[in-house]
Amino acid sequence: MKMMERRNFKTLLLSAVAIYCISVQALGAGSSYPLMRMDPNLDDKASLQRGMQTFMNYCFGCHSLQYQRYNRTARDLGIPEELMLKHVIIDPDVRIGSLMENNISVDHAKQWFGAVPPDLTLVARLRGGRDINNRPDWLYTFLLTFYEDEARPLGVNNLVFENVGMPHPLVNLQGVQQRVCKDVPQLAANGGEIRDPLTNEYVTENLCGEDLIGRGISPLQHVEGTGELTPDEYEQVIYDLTNFLYYVAEPIRADRERIGVYVLIFLAILYVFTWLLAREYHKEYH
Amino acid sequence: MATVQESLQNVMNWVDERLPVTKTYEKHMSKYYAPKNFNFWYIFGVLSVVVLVLQLVTGIWLTMNYIPAGDRAFASVEFIMRDVEFGWMLRYMHSTGASAFFVVVYMHMFRGLMYGSYKKPRELIWILGMLIYVALMAEGFFGYLLPWGNMSYWGAQVIVSLVGAIPFWGEELAVWVRGDFNMSEVALNRFFALHVVLVPLALIVLVFLHILALHEVGSNNPDGIDVKANVDEEGKPLDSVPFHPYYTIGHDLPAIVIFLFVFCAVMFFYPDGGGYLIEHPNYEPADPLKTPELIAPVWYYTPFYSMLRACTFPLFGMTAKFWGLVVMAGAIAIPFVLPWLDRSPVKSIRYKGLGSKVFLTLFVISFFILGYLGTVHPTPMKTALAQLCTGIYFAYFLLMPWYTSVEKTKPVPERVPE
Repeated sequence: MKMMERRNFKTLLLSAVAIYCISVQALGAGSSYPLMRMDPNLDDKASLQRGMQTFMNYCFGCHSLQYQRYNRTARDLGIPEELMLKHVIIDPDVRIGSLMENNISVDHAKQWFGAVPPDLTLVARLRGGRDINNRPDWLYTFLLTFYEDEARPLGVNNLVFENVGMPHPLVNLQGVQQRVCKDVPQLAANGGEIRDPLTNEYVTENLCGEDLIGRGISPLQHVEGTGELTPDEYEQVIYDLTNFLYYVAEPIRADRERIGVYVLIFLAILYVFTWLLAREYHKEYH
Repeated sequence: MATVQESLQNVMNWVDERLPVTKTYEKHMSKYYAPKNFNFWYIFGVLSVVVLVLQLVTGIWLTMNYIPAGDRAFASVEFIMRDVEFGWMLRYMHSTGASAFFVVVYMHMFRGLMYGSYKKPRELIWILGMLIYVALMAEGFFGYLLPWGNMSYWGAQVIVSLVGAIPFWGEELAVWVRGDFNMSEVALNRFFALHVVLVPLALIVLVFLHILALHEVGSNNPDGIDVKANVDEEGKPLDSVPFHPYYTIGHDLPAIVIFLFVFCAVMFFYPDGGGYLIEHPNYEPADPLKTPELIAPVWYYTPFYSMLRACTFPLFGMTAKFWGLVVMAGAIAIPFVLPWLDRSPVKSIRYKGLGSKVFLTLFVISFFILGYLGTVHPTPMKTALAQLCTGIYFAYFLLMPWYTSVEKTKPVPERVPE
């Protein structure tokens, strides 16, 4: 009887903990626009190098990486220091061990954009997911969803960062995206798409904005003939850029996970020995 | 000629005549008798000491590279993360350690509640333990400002502004605490001093006294049996074993390794803890002009933060914020008098009646729910739930004299059951 009660008490406690974990799990966060999934890959050095190239050519003019050093980046990305000096740093006054700072003036920046463009060293962590990899879905989606908006001072807006105060620096590569209404199949009450019983063609309706997003369809459309890259090529550029920013946010990540495996293996082996030792002492008093 | 052993013994005798080394070792280790029926819950005291040492050691090394200046603190943390050899490891150990400290301390406190470890003659152990808990909360609060991230800044801003809710002198008091009209480098510097000198010193002294008091009266056990009541001819308690080596090696060592395994798994693979261990807004520097979307304290304070927010209406001419402060302070203060609230003739939950079991279970559930609610935006429903849980939290303590004295308890055996 006593055992029963004790067990009930434990069950109660355990279920309390379980309810708590579930409710914490359910805790969502972030913007209303559904984020596209981005699985970074720190082992893909070529991708990281291309990402750095894009960053230095298109972003670095305004956004610094002031906590990261050139030589650290070169070492981690497998770039020889001479190449880094010659093709990335260029300025002979900047040393290989310098922090990756830029020369935008605070006064000019405020005049042009109303605010100083933020440093981006940690942006992938600041906007990172809550999952174990801190997936940079937000950053990836943000970079893909600039669109033309005449109402904005710089002529562009963004789906995940509404009224963002920056231009679309990669517009030459991507081309112009416009926010449009699209003809999509009508949904029946049971969630299925309605077809005309005679012609077997979809019965469509014209949806815009939130209604489209709600159906999981992007309200953006690429204007044919604009941009140097195809949408697929552009997505690869953004993947690489996001991957690079993910690396810069925590350059030690790959190493810490590698070391972590050895630490856990060591502790597992140590446990076996400490347990065997403990068992000897247990025998003495039980 | 004396053998090596004899010479060593002579040295030891020389020291012992001047400093009670052997006596102290025997009193606290080899001849400290601990009940032999300790279970899982009895590991968390030792683990608290392990984490304390971890925090002290990593803290010292972090201090060597950290700069407590408004324009350099944030960058110095990133310097530690990137440029200091294994600095990232020290920092993650310290940030994960902070949460681990509260995990083990909450488990340790729950053990105390469950087995009545606060009851006579262990009242002072409990009070010293509560003082450690309060010091730990202060330590965590001061330390959280130091990375000078935006959540550090706004979290401290919110909590310090609570002082402003005190009637009459509130605003002046808040300025006095901050040393400025806003959170600034002045506050950063004093928080640094408190975090690395005063509070750790207080913690070490309190932990020392906590253990000293424990070893004076002896440990409680899951059955709440007084093991000192049954002794052999030499005065050794029959149901006890020497703390060293039977508990140190025979019980604690493998448990510490398991703890370190979990700790390292988090530290190496999930140091952010999904934004619960390191909050994401803390990856941008403190900005007095940019409030984070949701200001939430780190998880270990959220139950109390919920209670603060649960006070939504003014009363007796005082603001809701003032009552929030009173409720929060009360929630932290009320466990201090726990030893005098419990009227039960038995210690352990195993022999207490239904009332104690129901109230303890409700108490734990409400504490978890409050903890969750403190991490999210309040809604009318959530606020109502927080109010209910706050009520349960206080009811556990305030109704204790009643339910522990009317419930039917079971007889406690004389000896520890095999």
